[in-house]
Amino acid sequence: MGIRRLLSGNEATATAMKQINPDVVAAYPITPSTEVVHYFSQYVADGEVDTEFVAVESEHSAMSACIGASAAGGRTATVTSACGLALMWELLYVASGQRLPMTLAVINRALSGPININNDHSDSMGARDSGWIQLYSENNQEAYDNYVMSWRISEHKDVLLPVMVCQDGFITSHAVENIELIEDEKVKEFVGEFKPERHLIDGGPLSVGPYDTPHFYFEHQYQRAQAMKRAKQVILDVSKEFAAMTGRGYGLFEEYKMADAERVIVVLNSSAGTAKVAADQLRAKGEKVGVLKLRVFRPFPHAEVAKALSNAKAVAVMDKCDSFNGMGGPVFVDVRTACYDLATRPQIVNYIYGLGGRDVTVDNFLYVYEKLTEIINSGTNTDDIYRHVGVRGVN
Amino acid sequence: MSNMVEIRWHGRGGQGAKTASLLLADAAFAQGKFVQGFPEYGPERMGAPIAAYNRISDERSSLHSNIYEPDYVVVVDATLLSAVDVTGGLKKTGAIVINSEREPKDLIDQLEGYEGGVYTIDASAIAGEELGNRNLSNTAMLAAIVKVSGVIPEDAFMKEMEVSIKDTFSSKPHVIAPNMKAIERGLKEVKGI
Repeated sequence: MGIRRLLSGNEATATAMKQINPDVVAAYPITPSTEVVHYFSQYVADGEVDTEFVAVESEHSAMSACIGASAAGGRTATVTSACGLALMWELLYVASGQRLPMTLAVINRALSGPININNDHSDSMGARDSGWIQLYSENNQEAYDNYVMSWRISEHKDVLLPVMVCQDGFITSHAVENIELIEDEKVKEFVGEFKPERHLIDGGPLSVGPYDTPHFYFEHQYQRAQAMKRAKQVILDVSKEFAAMTGRGYGLFEEYKMADAERVIVVLNSSAGTAKVAADQLRAKGEKVGVLKLRVFRPFPHAEVAKALSNAKAVAVMDKCDSFNGMGGPVFVDVRTACYDLATRPQIVNYIYGLGGRDVTVDNFLYVYEKLTEIINSGTNTDDIYRHVGVRGVN
Repeated sequence: MSNMVEIRWHGRGGQGAKTASLLLADAAFAQGKFVQGFPEYGPERMGAPIAAYNRISDERSSLHSNIYEPDYVVVVDATLLSAVDVTGGLKKTGAIVINSEREPKDLIDQLEGYEGGVYTIDASAIAGEELGNRNLSNTAMLAAIVKVSGVIPEDAFMKEMEVSIKDTFSSKPHVIAPNMKAIERGLKEVKGI
């Protein structure tokens, strides 16, 4: 039996960090992730962890310090949001390109222009091609569980890629909800010791990050790409072991009332919970609707997603981030591409929603389900796949 | 979810509406309930209108939107009655609890024709007398909403507050006893129609 508590998403993340007791945490505070750093530095000050806490002067330095610590063989973590993640950009690629395990808790927040402190996914979605594994979390429980699992995935010898564990800023990071924590000793046993095969300390002569000539660079990128593909099975294996310990099962995505669903909403993070309430309301009236909640966005589980959507008639993919490409958001582009090989494809449209903390309501999802009915009845065309919901003057 | 109680708090930045909503969450959690407690973040400055929310139910709610049709509304600062639509979406079967020295019937004109329960409590006076600061009215307001909503039995609430208040104010132990006194008075002094 776990420990029942009432915690915010930030407290849940900090608690998991404390239980794992990383060797090094290097972080710089930024809203809404600041609390995690705040709580964790208190644990350091109180001697509850023996982590080396590096109070750096920027996120660029935070990620640089994490890269150094991981290369030295230390279990390493950091936390950030929004512009903080953007400032890490250059180093994100260095961490994954050098195959350095670590976990970054991303408390999702809008990117500036104009400045906004509230939630959307433009920060982590922008980093989707940086070679990091990305796990998304509906609530505080999932943020905690994903965080505990992330270490086993990142450090697995078939993977050796860093992991982002994402949750919605304020909406879950600053909301207290019931949670079941795992006992400290069980977390420690599950996560185990970090024993890298090669590292800078006590590992014999080793160079990390030297110039990679055209003779080798391409092969290294190929290896990184293969590692990302292998990560899918490792995520499933680790999740299975986690379910045996806690009773909480996780797949690559969650299928909610999908068995006979004709209209499906694909969504990730906190709004998935709100979409489920909308689906419940319509199911109560006998309507065949479902929700596919993505948990793993990198690697993208394309074959599994396509199979799950193969019986649907119309699908709306929700993006809390705009790609400004004139075509649709990042989740949409991947889901639609994944479905290309299906013998019979559902019609698939995109809805950009909830940017910059715009509250996302049950009514928003009821509206989208209604639009899916219109699409089933009258079809759509490619000029009309890129849509918005909840914008004043648009709908 | 039929058994869910939704509460919306209105206050001004610095008045402790968020803290009160988190204390209520603690108390309901201790009763075995599923709880959400969350603030609505806007410009975080002293004096700006803010809202905070509670959902309390017997099963976990997966809703992650703000609350638009609350069962109860708590107004920590009566000057908000003319600044914010405090009764917006408030269910007729519910009630509003306002921090005011006035009688409930004297405030009805400011409530946009709201037909549900109206309660007042002079929480600022209680805070002034017990805590020496009229702005610290949130704990008395918390007691008042517990009394009006019946969402937690009073004796269980008092017992839980002894733990929560100690925890919340662990760095300021001198305010623990005065806050407990403010909570006791909040339960007794709320007036309704």
